[in-house]
Amino acid sequence: MTERRFFDEMALQGGDPRVPYADYARWFSNEDPKSLLKKSAEAETFFRRIGITFNVYGQKDADERLIPFDIVPRIISASEWRVLEKGIDQRVRALNAFLADIYNKQEILKAGRLPEHIISRNAAFLPQMIGMTPPGGVYTHIVGTDLVRTGENEFYVLEDNARTPSGVSYMLENRETMLQMFPELFTKMKVRPVSSYPAELRRSLGECAPPNFDGTKPAVAVLTPGIHNSAYFEHSFLADHMGAELVEASDLRVVDGRVQMRTTRGYKALDVIYRRVDDEYLDPLTFNPDSLLGVPGIMDAYRAGNITIANAPGTGIADDKALYSYMPDIVEFYTGEKAILQNVPTWRCSEEESLKYVLDNLADLVVKEVHGSGGYGMLVGPAASKKELKAFEAKLRARPDNYVAQPTLALSTVPIMTKAGLAPRHVDLRPFVLVSPKRVHITAGGLTRVALKEGSLVVNSSQGGGTKDTWVLGD
Amino acid sequence: MRLNITHKTTYSYDRPVHYALLQLRMTPRSAAGQKVLNWSTTLEGATSQVTYDDHFRNVTELIEMDAGSSAVSITCQGEVEVENLNGVIGMGTGLAPLWLFLQQTPATVPGPTIRKIAQQVKKATEASQLDGMHQLSGAIADAVTYRTGMTLSTTPAEDAASEGQGVCQDHAQIMIAAARHLGLPARYVSGYLLMDEVVDQEASHAWAEVWIEGLGWVGFDVSNAVCPDDRYVRVALGRDYGEAAPVHGLRQGNATEELCVSLQVQQ
Amino acid sequence: MLGRTAGGLFWMFRYLERSENTARLLETGFRIALTGAQDSDDSEWESIVSTAGVRPAYVAKFDDDFDQATVINYLLRDRDNPSSVMSCIEAARSNARMVRTALSSEVWEAVNEAWMTLKDQMKRPVSMKNLAEVLTSIRQHSSLVRGALHGTMLRNDIFDFARLGTYIERADNTSRILDIKYYVLLPSAAYVGSSMDNAQWETILRSVSAFRSFRWLNEGEVTPMAIADFMILDKRMPRSLAFCHSKIVGNLSYLNHDADPELPCLTQASQIHARLSGRDIDSVFDEGLHEFLKSAIADTGRLAAQIQEDFRFYG
Repeated sequence: MTERRFFDEMALQGGDPRVPYADYARWFSNEDPKSLLKKSAEAETFFRRIGITFNVYGQKDADERLIPFDIVPRIISASEWRVLEKGIDQRVRALNAFLADIYNKQEILKAGRLPEHIISRNAAFLPQMIGMTPPGGVYTHIVGTDLVRTGENEFYVLEDNARTPSGVSYMLENRETMLQMFPELFTKMKVRPVSSYPAELRRSLGECAPPNFDGTKPAVAVLTPGIHNSAYFEHSFLADHMGAELVEASDLRVVDGRVQMRTTRGYKALDVIYRRVDDEYLDPLTFNPDSLLGVPGIMDAYRAGNITIANAPGTGIADDKALYSYMPDIVEFYTGEKAILQNVPTWRCSEEESLKYVLDNLADLVVKEVHGSGGYGMLVGPAASKKELKAFEAKLRARPDNYVAQPTLALSTVPIMTKAGLAPRHVDLRPFVLVSPKRVHITAGGLTRVALKEGSLVVNSSQGGGTKDTWVLGD
Repeated sequence: MRLNITHKTTYSYDRPVHYALLQLRMTPRSAAGQKVLNWSTTLEGATSQVTYDDHFRNVTELIEMDAGSSAVSITCQGEVEVENLNGVIGMGTGLAPLWLFLQQTPATVPGPTIRKIAQQVKKATEASQLDGMHQLSGAIADAVTYRTGMTLSTTPAEDAASEGQGVCQDHAQIMIAAARHLGLPARYVSGYLLMDEVVDQEASHAWAEVWIEGLGWVGFDVSNAVCPDDRYVRVALGRDYGEAAPVHGLRQGNATEELCVSLQVQQ
Repeated sequence: MLGRTAGGLFWMFRYLERSENTARLLETGFRIALTGAQDSDDSEWESIVSTAGVRPAYVAKFDDDFDQATVINYLLRDRDNPSSVMSCIEAARSNARMVRTALSSEVWEAVNEAWMTLKDQMKRPVSMKNLAEVLTSIRQHSSLVRGALHGTMLRNDIFDFARLGTYIERADNTSRILDIKYYVLLPSAAYVGSSMDNAQWETILRSVSAFRSFRWLNEGEVTPMAIADFMILDKRMPRSLAFCHSKIVGNLSYLNHDADPELPCLTQASQIHARLSGRDIDSVFDEGLHEFLKSAIADTGRLAAQIQEDFRFYG
């Protein structure tokens, strides 16, 4: 493979740093690298003490692991952010309109803008949601739109994550850590705050309460599968910072037609449940009867309009990678506008011609499972050995409709702190979006994930990725 | 024709039940060919939680058994004005897309027996979907003798077909499985049937509906070798028995259950 | 508050208390081994295992081998021993994680740090040589958690459930220790001057951290009756049954609020408390020390179950 040039957001190799990084670069040049490295180590101790850890799936006895944190911020200018914000807003509104359509009249299928099989073969489609309009008409209340950058003005949406985006606690704790370690930097630079996210989440969820809720303030709870879930820290973090109850299925029951939680003084009704339990396990009466993580009858109460479930069941259809390839059409169909944010060109291997192209160019492409997530089961062509390519080709031929392929994007880099000084590493960005009937709220910032291994393009935490604080500068 | 229906379902347990939820799909709605004049559901030993329309627009009621009681009974009573449409229900008004009814469920996945039955009517169906389905209904009735007590509510279509015996539920599910196998959308209907000379019945009825191009949904009662007419009341529909079942429940503990049904359908 | 959260707090503090109790027993054994009053056989360590209430499980694993190093590691870090310090810390931390939203960040961090540090210190077997250091660390971490609780938590239901867990466990522990050793306190066996009995008495007192305070209050007058009185009825003594049960009544009264009728657990606790107040140790010995302790253990167990039911820990 020939050496590729990547866009470095700090412009490390060129003479002057790019404008958004100018102040930071000046500050950095006056710092002692040794003491910065020491701060890196302090940050890790800090994370461990407050317990920001995740459990790795499939490793039952493994220690709770930390996601490595890098102390060099990822900086985005005010004007860059404005474009992203507009694009995300458009995309998220389109997603909600799409979900409402799919579970009701399916106009987009009737109009022939989306092939029927994209929905009919979509494992995340829930028939039980047909004809169901959630309170406030919102389907995906919390979205994490994954973005990558390839040039000065080139951003792509990589995934929409309309189901259950996680990682927001890292956005908040990363900032908290940076504020503690480098307070002086925040006086020098105008960094937009992210700390209001939990309050915004609470407000946004409250605005989605069922119309007939009887209190003045809707009762909100976070539903977690429990302390063994890999994202338990985030569940308790969000409940804590929202001032909401953190509940498990065993705390909940349908009483008087409403979902209620068992308190020390009897049952108390809930209006909104921010659930971090997958659809399949949500209600053993309606879905998987063996689920111990679910609340029997919650779907009945939901259809009767007595509870809001966020995100709505069945939103996962939008996370399907075959569907993703139609997102530009979807945005246009529902908003009447061209999509502001670009999609990564995607070959659907279910289509014969595409499959042929993919097989012919496997070594240059990234191939992903249609329903996959977390970076599992994917092939990064340029990084794969001949043997790996061969093996993957067999998988592709056996089940072509299980895969889509994309060009290997030249992901931008941002420097990280290493023992040898600053070194460029590939990054992506997950901003967090809240949707209520009243507004779409996008926190100025997000989670920057960084591939810590030199040259690696895989940023997932389960595959050796780390995180950075993300700074959106004020005007 | 005006049908008068009284349907009492009682579940008794050998010990008090701590917690149980039941989903009832026992209330017919006014639709093509039927007008519900009055209908009521009375519960003993249980309390209603919510009532709503499910994804197939079935009127669904969630009830909770009263803690510590050892029996629950559900009494439905009402009058329905029925019209003879010769089985043709029409294009329907629901939001559920047709393709949903083309997908097999675990209860309807065809095996060799059902595929063989379907094969017999393949040609006829290609020529005329309606004729083909009439033949299919007849072929299933020939292959699977109506006999109670041989199958359970959970018996998959293929098992009943290969056993060669079953009840109306099995006939309906086999018909659905075969129709889908031939590329026709099909669904399960649970309901009531006015029987000749018989007032007291042992169980409610079930049949299949198949989507025929040009006609829309058309009913086929395999067990009685007819298309539903003004003796039939449609109560609930689904992709298989499980989705349209009059009662679907979940119960904690290991009490032994006994079911007792008393049903009268009369003019 | 969620019933499950109340239960989590209750158990978190029961386990913390239990870890301290086990550590204190180890300290007792350590101390007696150091002063070496006895022949240096393993009988004192055997007695420590018995006092900890884990003898059957220990014997099942190690037969009758009460070797010092084996006992230390069994009580300190064996995961097969649910009362080992490490098992208790794990369980406490796991409960803390579950009820994290009910804890101040100081309390959570103190528990989490205790778990991290102790896990590290007990990664490998602990020898007699570094036992003192580990025990000190356990004591310090317990104090940090307690300090964070008292210094940073609101005095509300959360605090009451934390205290209930502590006192129920402590009352249970004190009565069990006494019951296992009750025979050395019986008048028939108490011939003054026997070094065996003195050592046993010392074990009892040390295992509830009361050796020095007892001597100080009694000016060296050590009689079995006085020891029993001190540990059962003395309200000045923070590990006595009377003290624990008066605190339990206090916390339950807060939690009862205006419940009418009064919660059954409060009624039960008040009855237990009444039985301990205003009586003297003679009447306890008249009733029979063993019988008295047996019913005290049963009462505490019943009370814990009633608390669990009244506050809907599990449904």
